[in-house]
Amino acid sequence: MKKDLLGIGDLTEDEIHLVLDTAEAMREIAQRPIKKVPTLRGKTVVNLFYEPSTRTRTSFEIAEKRLSADTLNIAVAVSSVVKGETLADTARNIEAMAPDMIVIRHASSGAPHLLSRICRSRIINAGDGMHEHPTQALLDAFTIREHKKKIAGLKVTIVGDLLHSRVLRSNVLLLTRLGADVWVSGPPTLVPVGLERHGVRVSTSIDEAVADADVIMMLRIQQERMHGAFFPSLREYFSTFGMTRARVARAKPDVIIMHPGPMNRGVEIDSEVADGPYSVILEQVANGVAVRMAVLYLLAGGSEGD
Amino acid sequence: MPVVLDADRISRSLTRIAHEILERNRGVDELALVGIRTRGVPIAKRLAHAIRDINGHNVPTGALDITLYRDDLMRHAVGPQPLIRRTEIPFSIDDKKILLVDDVLYTGRTIRAALDALIDFGRPKAIQLVVLVDRGHRELPIKADYVGKNVPTSPTESVQVHLTEVDGRDEVEITES
Repeated sequence: MKKDLLGIGDLTEDEIHLVLDTAEAMREIAQRPIKKVPTLRGKTVVNLFYEPSTRTRTSFEIAEKRLSADTLNIAVAVSSVVKGETLADTARNIEAMAPDMIVIRHASSGAPHLLSRICRSRIINAGDGMHEHPTQALLDAFTIREHKKKIAGLKVTIVGDLLHSRVLRSNVLLLTRLGADVWVSGPPTLVPVGLERHGVRVSTSIDEAVADADVIMMLRIQQERMHGAFFPSLREYFSTFGMTRARVARAKPDVIIMHPGPMNRGVEIDSEVADGPYSVILEQVANGVAVRMAVLYLLAGGSEGD
Repeated sequence: MPVVLDADRISRSLTRIAHEILERNRGVDELALVGIRTRGVPIAKRLAHAIRDINGHNVPTGALDITLYRDDLMRHAVGPQPLIRRTEIPFSIDDKKILLVDDVLYTGRTIRAALDALIDFGRPKAIQLVVLVDRGHRELPIKADYVGKNVPTSPTESVQVHLTEVDGRDEVEITES
């Protein structure tokens, strides 16, 4: 493994499988009466969150605690950032207290890369702007593999706000690397330019995109990142791209429906589908802890650069 | 490469240990076998089989991976982390007599890690240790309750246990490392 996990590009195909296999073993710990192993005893992990997050931050914190690491959460609203400190200065100050790992979530793409250059601590990207969210893609792959026993050759359809989605970028990189047939669909205004170059099939017809899909992954409409009119109204978006039971019926009979959360019910996904029998959305959350435990464990060892 | 146990001796040792387990524990109702990965697992399964052959009882059998409990895990932060495999103990160990099974007993550090791991699953009534080979050189106060064979070794030697389930043949040999 490299020193840091900044994006899916940091992992070889073998390393992706290693993370997933390790997560498989980690998952059993959640079933024990004592959900804790002594592996990262004495290691300090700082969770540095510059953007609101419930799922990812909680998931990392539980993963760290289950591995016995000492964890420290820095939420920006109560930190020196509000007093005008730059990211680099904050990072140098945290680094001076010698943590072993820093988990960072930031609204700017590339923020974890900046930390990686100035810190000796291991850096884990927990989502940077519109760039990448590697642990989400890993837990998605884990969930798919769990249900389908493989990833190569599956038709995976990703629908929604493709433009603003770091989840999309990480998933496209990972799933195409493992040989999945990735389709995406969304309003033309929300399709990033050049997406086809990554080996992805782009279709503005959701019906074509979901036909015979093995996996449907819904992405949230990220209104907080939208500074402009990308579609006429949420109602119109739902009628054109919302995941309804009728659309799910076009996919394979054993399709699984995924969503990285938080969901906008009635915008990108119908409640009937989100809570329905094909939904694995809460399994994704449970698997997230195991996958993050695997990443923390694997990065805590030596790296090629040492 | 001196062979210290061949297939026949391994089989007879395990049958003898199965009898010793039954003699010492008087009944099998509270017994459970837990093999330490990798080679403790097939040995535990063979012991379960041997006990069934003797008295018809099925002793529950689990597998324990002790990697996350190793005391040398973070000491030398060079090279990749050891692979973690699945721990599978599909029964409650509370109030059970646990037979912890490994292939070779050497420094005792693996067993120390295994004891810590087991205690995280509950409070067994007792834990007894079964090993196929005891090669000496303990670094911790740990002693086996059932031993297939005591093999005096020098620290520069290495004891290789081969089992059909993992390695395609049954044999224990000593090599100079």
